[in-house]
Amino acid sequence: MPEPAVECRHVWKIFGDKAREAFAAIAREGLGKDEVAKRFGCVIGVADASFAIEVGEIFCIMGLSGSGKSTLVRHINRLIEPTSGHVLIHGEDINAKSANELRRLRAEKIGMVFQHMALFPHRSVRDNVAYGLEVRGMDRKRRWAMAAEKLALVRLAGWESRYPHELSGGMQQRVGLARALAADPDILLMDEPFSALDPLIRRQLQDEFIALAGVVKKTTLFITHDLDEAIRLGHRIAIMRDGRLIQMGPPEDIVLHPADDYVAEFVKGISRLKFLTAEKVMDPWSPAAGASSVSLADCTRVRLEADVASVIALAAQSEKTIVVVDGENRPVGIVTPRGLLRAIQASAG
Amino acid sequence: MEFPPIPLESWIDAAIAWLVVRGGPIFDVIGKTLSTLELLLRDALRGLPPYVMIPLLVAFPLFKRRFRTAALLLAALLLIWNLELWREAMQTVSLVLIAAGLSLGIAVPLGILAAESRLARSIIEPVLDYMQTTPAFVYLIPAVLFFGVGTVPGILATMAFALPPPIRATSLGIAEVDPQIVEAAVAFGSSRRQLLLKIKLPLALPYIWVGVNQCIMMSLSMVVIASLIGATGLGTRVVEGLSQFDIGKGVEAGVAVVAVAIALDRLFAAGGGKDGSKPAM
Repeated sequence: MPEPAVECRHVWKIFGDKAREAFAAIAREGLGKDEVAKRFGCVIGVADASFAIEVGEIFCIMGLSGSGKSTLVRHINRLIEPTSGHVLIHGEDINAKSANELRRLRAEKIGMVFQHMALFPHRSVRDNVAYGLEVRGMDRKRRWAMAAEKLALVRLAGWESRYPHELSGGMQQRVGLARALAADPDILLMDEPFSALDPLIRRQLQDEFIALAGVVKKTTLFITHDLDEAIRLGHRIAIMRDGRLIQMGPPEDIVLHPADDYVAEFVKGISRLKFLTAEKVMDPWSPAAGASSVSLADCTRVRLEADVASVIALAAQSEKTIVVVDGENRPVGIVTPRGLLRAIQASAG
Repeated sequence: MEFPPIPLESWIDAAIAWLVVRGGPIFDVIGKTLSTLELLLRDALRGLPPYVMIPLLVAFPLFKRRFRTAALLLAALLLIWNLELWREAMQTVSLVLIAAGLSLGIAVPLGILAAESRLARSIIEPVLDYMQTTPAFVYLIPAVLFFGVGTVPGILATMAFALPPPIRATSLGIAEVDPQIVEAAVAFGSSRRQLLLKIKLPLALPYIWVGVNQCIMMSLSMVVIASLIGATGLGTRVVEGLSQFDIGKGVEAGVAVVAVAIALDRLFAAGGGKDGSKPAM
């Protein structure tokens, strides 16, 4: 198996003057957050987070404010040091790096996008994007050329010499994205990049990001408080609560098999139709049940793994019977209007 | 139970006596350097007659298309000329520029230090509190002790008086830089030095300009007071007016001081941020 791009192993972060004592007590006695707060005056930011992000994967961490997701993402480029545990970038422990190596890593390997953009107000768009290149000593001509290239990628060519305050929020965040991409880093850290934008712009930027991700193929750790966003963007999703990663898996796993009531509550509002397959809603193909009377030539065929949302779309288009076929195009089931309605009813919770 | 009085006076006398004897050569060098600098600048400022100086100075804001500033500056300068106090005013300005320039040269680095290091801040803060609660006149005493009477002790007392505001302004300006912006700069691999030079200082600049402006204004007020110990200029006229009970003469000189203040303020606002805008402090 190839080495993961990013790996966290049992990362703990405890805030407070007595963080070390508090951690020792947690390890010894398994204290909860309330006891830690009472006895040590400490706050648990991240509790025993372990995960690995494969090269090229988009990994979403979803949680509400205060769940520790922003704290966790800051461990990846060591803006925050863990109380315990290891963070590995391409197999190397980032907390073992010297100050110099760390700066290089930040400038060259890890790009970051922030919730409130955090653009440098006194620098032009071009100099914002080129900042990481500038601090590692690249000459002006080359870094401006690279900045222009990345600005074109986020469709902001021609805005190079403007200043951040002259741009709309959505444009500012595209500058933020271009800045993160400027050095062609291997890893992108995105800390709620679209949360501060209004819904229409947010949706638009998500679409642009999906398109962009298809082109640049960066390993991405994406933080969000919006489960819809996580499902749209993530190859895998981790749900975070009170500093813990309580469930991790592909979007359909999270939606169809929530690990506990908390996750279930979250996914309640999410339509499950996209994650249900035709196989789950069909009636089995049995000649005895009169299926033989259906003329196969006059049917709409769908595959076993087709999602129910698209099956519904087909059913709405024509009166034809929908037959489910397997990999060898053999009929294995039939989708009835009643079956579809049952699925809709079930997915509406 | 009764405590004996602390012999503060005799301690300080002893310390100063020691300093005057041991530090003599150093004070000589400082004194010579300062008086040479001041003479050069004074001669330069007086070298051009007012009818040349005034258009030159007014051209500066005009060039930046700030017509109101230019008009105000012109009025202030013409008033000084009209009161026939141009030479005295130029002397005062030269003292102000030397004192403010030197104290800024000390204050800005100290302000950066105070913002960047907790230890430095814990030392600098109480010293500033002390300096700012000390009455202006108190600075005249050690200045005279070490440097006698004249322009040099005047400059030094002025420097000491005008030092705290720019230190505070610089330190506050750096502390006020948005932590999210600092974090972003760190996340893109800045070293501490790059963070300071490329991010923090440029963003603190509006505050630093406020400090520069305050430093100049405080220098002006102190230079006038320092005429009591022989730092000649407009202040000399004020003191003469007082001692001779010549109210007209004193007030005239006082009006000229205000005109100089306006001129300096407008000139340095023109050099500072956009339309002299200042952050709220």
